[in-house]
Amino acid sequence: MTKKIKKLLIANRGEIALRIIRAAKELGIETYQIYSLADEQSLAVKCADHSICVGAARATESYLNIDVILQVAKDKEVDAIHPGYGFLSESAEFADRVIQAGIIFVGPDGDVMRKMADKSMARQTAINAGVPVVLGSQDVLSDVDNAFSLAEEIGFPVMIKASAGGGGRGIRIVSNPVDFHEQFHQALAEATAAFGDGRLYIEKFIKQSRHIEVQVLGDGKSAVHFFERECSLQRRRQKVWEEAPCCFIDEDTRQRMCHSAVELAKNVSYRGAGTVEYLYDELTQEFYFIEMNTRIQVEHPITEQITGVDLVREMINISAGEPLSFQQSDISMKGHSIEIRLNAEDPFNQFMPNPGEITNLVLPQGLGVRFDGQIHAGFKVSPYYDSLLGKLIVSDATRDKAINRLMRALDELEVDGIKTTAPLFRLLCEEQEVRDGRVHTNWLEHWINNDNALKQE
Amino acid sequence: MSEKVIVSPLPGIFYRSSAPGQPPYKEVGDSVCEGEVIGTVEAMKSFHSVFADQNGTITEFVVTNESEVQAGQIICCLSN
Repeated sequence: MTKKIKKLLIANRGEIALRIIRAAKELGIETYQIYSLADEQSLAVKCADHSICVGAARATESYLNIDVILQVAKDKEVDAIHPGYGFLSESAEFADRVIQAGIIFVGPDGDVMRKMADKSMARQTAINAGVPVVLGSQDVLSDVDNAFSLAEEIGFPVMIKASAGGGGRGIRIVSNPVDFHEQFHQALAEATAAFGDGRLYIEKFIKQSRHIEVQVLGDGKSAVHFFERECSLQRRRQKVWEEAPCCFIDEDTRQRMCHSAVELAKNVSYRGAGTVEYLYDELTQEFYFIEMNTRIQVEHPITEQITGVDLVREMINISAGEPLSFQQSDISMKGHSIEIRLNAEDPFNQFMPNPGEITNLVLPQGLGVRFDGQIHAGFKVSPYYDSLLGKLIVSDATRDKAINRLMRALDELEVDGIKTTAPLFRLLCEEQEVRDGRVHTNWLEHWINNDNALKQE
Repeated sequence: MSEKVIVSPLPGIFYRSSAPGQPPYKEVGDSVCEGEVIGTVEAMKSFHSVFADQNGTITEFVVTNESEVQAGQIICCLSN
């Protein structure tokens, strides 16, 4: 059926490149892996049917170099390009140019990306689709006095957000009304400098919230969800531990959350895999739209584990023009899955990056254990890219059992030669508040700064 | 023979200026004071300043701009 795609180019690196190669191989698709000079020895290059060096280690000269990537795609006559996550995955320009070159882009088109990348436009789209948003400005604010009266109406504390921001960047929290004017002017200057776009909006700040997100797939006509993931354990707004499902919402909330994610996807005729992110206020049990990510996410495996669906395979099939192979009633979840991000960082030294050569590696095995990684003994972890070495994913019947299995798997894991975040997760498994799920998006940061075990050694 | 040196605090990519197009923090012949920034090391998308740990005058940059460094590798030499 999918014969529309015979050759797929992977415009990414690391574990996600390998993940895409695996899905493509199982579909009988020939794989073309691009790589930089720093990644010559990578598993993705070894596993792909063909590999093509596209430039120097620096991402702007290789993985972000649209001209070179498109040239390779044309030379090799590939049918489709998968962008993975990060790099060009949310570049509307890249998506446009891939399509203009007559090549399939595995993901939504550039216009949908633009709509979701702009935070105030995304917010408006969410409102139109009936998705709850945090109390805040309807439009972009440029006038500080209007902004201030709106902030008073909403009630402090408020967040001033850059419209061009996202992923935790370009956010200011103002607790005290007297600080508002100064903060607003600073935010304006900062947004202009950082994003070349000074458009701001404000939202009510919710002190303790969980990060819960819903996985969706759309084929342009219809959309379905694959339930939610909880990703409240974050450091510097980067997720480090994710779970599916979230055990701390009731069934009614789950249904409403998943339903509104589907409505949003349908509203923009979404094609491909996407994630609708929400903030969940435990006190009021209300949830609010944060943003939609228009790509496959790092933490997609936990959803695959509880639903049994290969999301990367599905997104390739959708991009080839196939309709969704599921109705909502076909999708169910079973058990509990946890993913931890094994990063090359030293948790005992302020998470200092730790590139270098892995001299010895033992990966955990056994029932309910999955490792999606890019590492092997002898692998040199490059300083040029992010610190993700791999993702340890464990699944079991219940959350409690999954945590026990995670502890067991971490005991089996050995990485020598570089420092990793594995010790952080061992400590988290033993932490009663994690065990009880009494966490929120600022919990981990606070715990790291106050936990003595991490400060020793 | 006890030449004074400044070493990289971590492995990564060494830069002599704060951003592309910006002038270098220091040139050969410049004097440095303890605690002054002489460069930046980028590792895995995060940036870390390299501080002088003593006073002196820079006699040589052993590592060139935008090249890879190891932790503890000599970045520059100082004289009194």
